[in-house]
Amino acid sequence: MQPPPSTDAPAIELDGLERRYGERVALTGVSLSLPRGATLAVLGPNGAGKSTLLRVLATLLRPHAGTVRVLGHALPKDAWELRGRIGYLGHEPLLYRDLSARENLLLHARLHRVAETRVGELLERVGLAARADDPLTTYSRGMVQRCAIARTVLHDPEVVLLDEPRANLDPAAAEVLEPLLAGRTRVMTSHDPRDADTADAVLGLRAGRPHDLEGLYAT
Amino acid sequence: MRPTTALLRKELTLEWRTREAVPAMALFSVTTFVVFHFGLQRDSVEGSLAAGVLWVTLLLAAMLGANRLFVSDAEGGALEGILMAPIDRTSLYLAKTIAFAGFLAIVELVAVPAFYLLLLGPAAGDAVLPLLGVLLLADIGIALTGTLVSGIATQTRSRDLLVSLIALPLLLPVIIAAARATAPLFAAAGAGSLPGKWMAVLGLYDVIIGLIAIAVFDFLLED
Repeated sequence: MQPPPSTDAPAIELDGLERRYGERVALTGVSLSLPRGATLAVLGPNGAGKSTLLRVLATLLRPHAGTVRVLGHALPKDAWELRGRIGYLGHEPLLYRDLSARENLLLHARLHRVAETRVGELLERVGLAARADDPLTTYSRGMVQRCAIARTVLHDPEVVLLDEPRANLDPAAAEVLEPLLAGRTRVMTSHDPRDADTADAVLGLRAGRPHDLEGLYAT
Repeated sequence: MRPTTALLRKELTLEWRTREAVPAMALFSVTTFVVFHFGLQRDSVEGSLAAGVLWVTLLLAAMLGANRLFVSDAEGGALEGILMAPIDRTSLYLAKTIAFAGFLAIVELVAVPAFYLLLLGPAAGDAVLPLLGVLLLADIGIALTGTLVSGIATQTRSRDLLVSLIALPLLLPVIIAAARATAPLFAAAGAGSLPGKWMAVLGLYDVIIGLIAIAVFDFLLED
């Protein structure tokens, strides 16, 4: 029987990660180690492989080569162990549009075995309590974003993966997000080089390969 | 609450709210019976012809429902949210299969009386109870297969085409067995007895396809 992963293991360890879509290489030669509680900014232009990296870490895509460990669990082998310990805020809200915010969050609470009282608490914190029972189809884009934030942190994940939060969240939603992320390991993709200043570690990606920040956006 | 129950509740809520699958399937069935009524230029049909008309219509209606099974999951990436939950993905398959079988049963509450009214003679009334047994076993088979195939097709662009292309051949044993089991019930001389052999074929199909689906569904949803 394999021993459980050490709690001292880094939050994320990548060694020679490669991911392809058919013949096209989306990521190759990506290696890094991120301690628990730290923030990693993944920077790069469109098509650099930033979203692909997040989707690999979120267990939604399988790595094709190299080693990927999240919270000490190897992917894709231990993906099942890891699900429920990661929160993913992507370009899409990952919610059912014909369900209300409360119904969506209750569904996720039941799947993650989280106390249903947490749903009401989070709806208050993201400012959706008054409209909690309306279907998402009646929400503005910003309200859907806030509901997606609540879904991301509902199960109190140790690692949160944020795909271009500045681009996908309006300022009010971004303000709501920040206190909910406190103390968690974060991996955040961005187009904006200024995000490197607030991160503990930075990974530059260009055409799927690690790249120095200098010249990262050169045409 | 168990994951299957939570997901089943979600399926039923979505269908109740959108009313996309069941009304379309029911309307298609009734319309097809009307077309057969005028197309065959007969007041009533019996025997194997009646059984064939009933099962082909119900099967094609079921394809409409199968095509819709994963539509709400694909919108807004909702399926990925489910896939990231720490649950056995078989729960998702079971919830969708149970919901789909329920939708088929609701459609048949409308379609079978319409079939009796438009295409069967007055002697066919005795066949109702045994027909329910055939409907039950066939619905389970159609739901098990339709959900599996819809799950395969959900990540492709030509989902609507693919579901029918894969599911119809896979469902041939169901159609053959259901039609053979039903034909004696619609005999011109009055309802005969239910052929046990074809009921056993339906039951066996359900067990085999159910086991295969449970074994492979998790793998199918993997990237």
